[in-house]
Amino acid sequence: MKESEALQRSGSEYNFGSYQRLEAIYNWMDTLVAEHPKLVTKVLIGSSYENRPMYVLKFSTGGTNRPAIWIDTGIHAREWVSPATGIWTANKIAVDYGKDASLTSLLNTMDIYMLLLANPDGYSYTHDNDRMWRKTRSRSPGSNCRGADPNRNWDSGFGGPGTSRNPCSDLYHGPSANSEVEVSNVVNLIKAHGNFKSFISVHAYSQLLMYPHGYSCKDIPDMAELDTVGQAAVKKLASLYGTRYEVGSICKIIYPASGGSIDWAYDTGIKYSFAFELRDTGLSGFLLPANQIIPTASETWLALKHIMEYVRDNPYYTQH
Amino acid sequence: MSPALMRVLRVVVLLSAVRGAPLATVTLPPVILEPVPLEPVAPVPVPSEPVRVDSGADQNISIPINTEQQQQQQQQQQQVSLDVDVMLTGELNPNHYPARRAAQVVLHHLNTRYGSPYWWGALRQVHKATAEALGDSGRKYSLEVTLQDQISGTKETCTAEVVFPGGPAGGPPQVTTSYEGKSEINTQAQEEALYNQYNTSQNLLSGHNLPDSYGHVAPGMEPFWHLGGVASSFVMLKESSENTLYNMAQVVSVTQLATENNQLRFNYDVLLHEMVSQEIIHWKLLASWSPQEGVKASQMELLPKCHHCEPPQEH
Repeated sequence: MKESEALQRSGSEYNFGSYQRLEAIYNWMDTLVAEHPKLVTKVLIGSSYENRPMYVLKFSTGGTNRPAIWIDTGIHAREWVSPATGIWTANKIAVDYGKDASLTSLLNTMDIYMLLLANPDGYSYTHDNDRMWRKTRSRSPGSNCRGADPNRNWDSGFGGPGTSRNPCSDLYHGPSANSEVEVSNVVNLIKAHGNFKSFISVHAYSQLLMYPHGYSCKDIPDMAELDTVGQAAVKKLASLYGTRYEVGSICKIIYPASGGSIDWAYDTGIKYSFAFELRDTGLSGFLLPANQIIPTASETWLALKHIMEYVRDNPYYTQH
Repeated sequence: MSPALMRVLRVVVLLSAVRGAPLATVTLPPVILEPVPLEPVAPVPVPSEPVRVDSGADQNISIPINTEQQQQQQQQQQQVSLDVDVMLTGELNPNHYPARRAAQVVLHHLNTRYGSPYWWGALRQVHKATAEALGDSGRKYSLEVTLQDQISGTKETCTAEVVFPGGPAGGPPQVTTSYEGKSEINTQAQEEALYNQYNTSQNLLSGHNLPDSYGHVAPGMEPFWHLGGVASSFVMLKESSENTLYNMAQVVSVTQLATENNQLRFNYDVLLHEMVSQEIIHWKLLASWSPQEGVKASQMELLPKCHHCEPPQEH
């Protein structure tokens, strides 16, 4: 395991097989950009509630506003393996471009946007105060409790089933849709860009690959296609270590959940919208041992790659 | 929730308007056969033990659920369930959440019966599931599941029945299974070695944060992490309903007490993760264990939500 960790350091001294603080992750992002300047740029998309910068890594080989794939990790603060997987994945994309034929062809026609820390305030809070924190750290008027669930704050069935209007709840949806600046920063980017073809949000835990909707259990029009893509993706994931994932809509597989990001993305016309719940299935839960980061990221990469290749090979147009 | 209401209500009215409507035109039919939640507000686990309110000076400690809030929430749940109410009966999709929640209850039950520092069962897969309504508004699930010992990886398949009692009193689910005990793995030698090692009145064991923030458990402490998980199943079993899915998130602390009646005894402080509400729920309990008697949990007490918990430990 140590040997593979050494191989994974790729000259940047960053230990992909460990959980790092926000500052170390931000430093590493700069290193990645410096090492792959023709492929990767760092885009400031806004600030968090507590004024931490929010950076997106944009992987692009040129063009103007190419069709793009969105991946976010770390929206729920305590799900540490999610940003850890994102970091490994960003590095993988940078390193494999020019070597992996499929990835190279993808990046020659599409861009990839990665938001590694979608909830930087929450992530910091889990390092310094409460390892089990989930939400943002915004203040709620009239309450001592802080934070809204950033994955219940999107404008998709806002306030519906699977949310709470109690600010102290871990499912508090916030005072209104997009009230959380961490969410509105992303919404603004996606809307302004206008050419995203896939939206993938990465969470932990439960080992699930899900598609919309969460706010309703009725099948979406593209259910059959998304299910087929998902089933193929988890088969590839399982091929590495045998890790089993279930596939289905959010509402049916895990629970009704309204105001979620992939529901919003799908409803705005981004057809290939998926949510991952990574390892494990409850033994360690949020406290996944660090020695599982690289195995998790490696297997997840096979699923991500499948989805991205499918998106590349199945262009579509959405009428707005 | 009256059984008559549940039987009559097959027509579902969606309460919340669908905002951000999909660009393709979608007509929502009046009847939805998939599971639909009973309440618009996330069900907050209603503790069955009295809640101790900690009126500490820290202003950021949220008010724990008190009886007034409980009553309000129950009223809200009942009000909404008049409008949105379909509980599936018959054959269930084994991969969907209603079957999985019932199956998780089976695992908690099995842990209370067979768990030890060297056997800690988890749900691996649900193969078949059916549900039926019972006369007194209770519901019964019949399941075929594969469970797995999280320590050795040994798998076994069994059938089980879970009855969630209805009515205002509620109460814990009742579980019966075809499982006959750990057939393949013999943990007896390990258990007796551990028992003998810690059957002492000196150098009582204590530990905390199992696992720590980085997922690490010190090698000697693993059996006590497992034991905490098994003992927590007693709490999770009695707290379970069709609206919950419990896992133990962390052992905050474990402190050994003097052996009594040949049982090793440990005070446990644990964090449970309830998936449906996404809450982290803090419980204390007293776990007693011996190879002969297995694990028992007592003095289970719900603690208020903690907003300033211990910072992560360095590993």
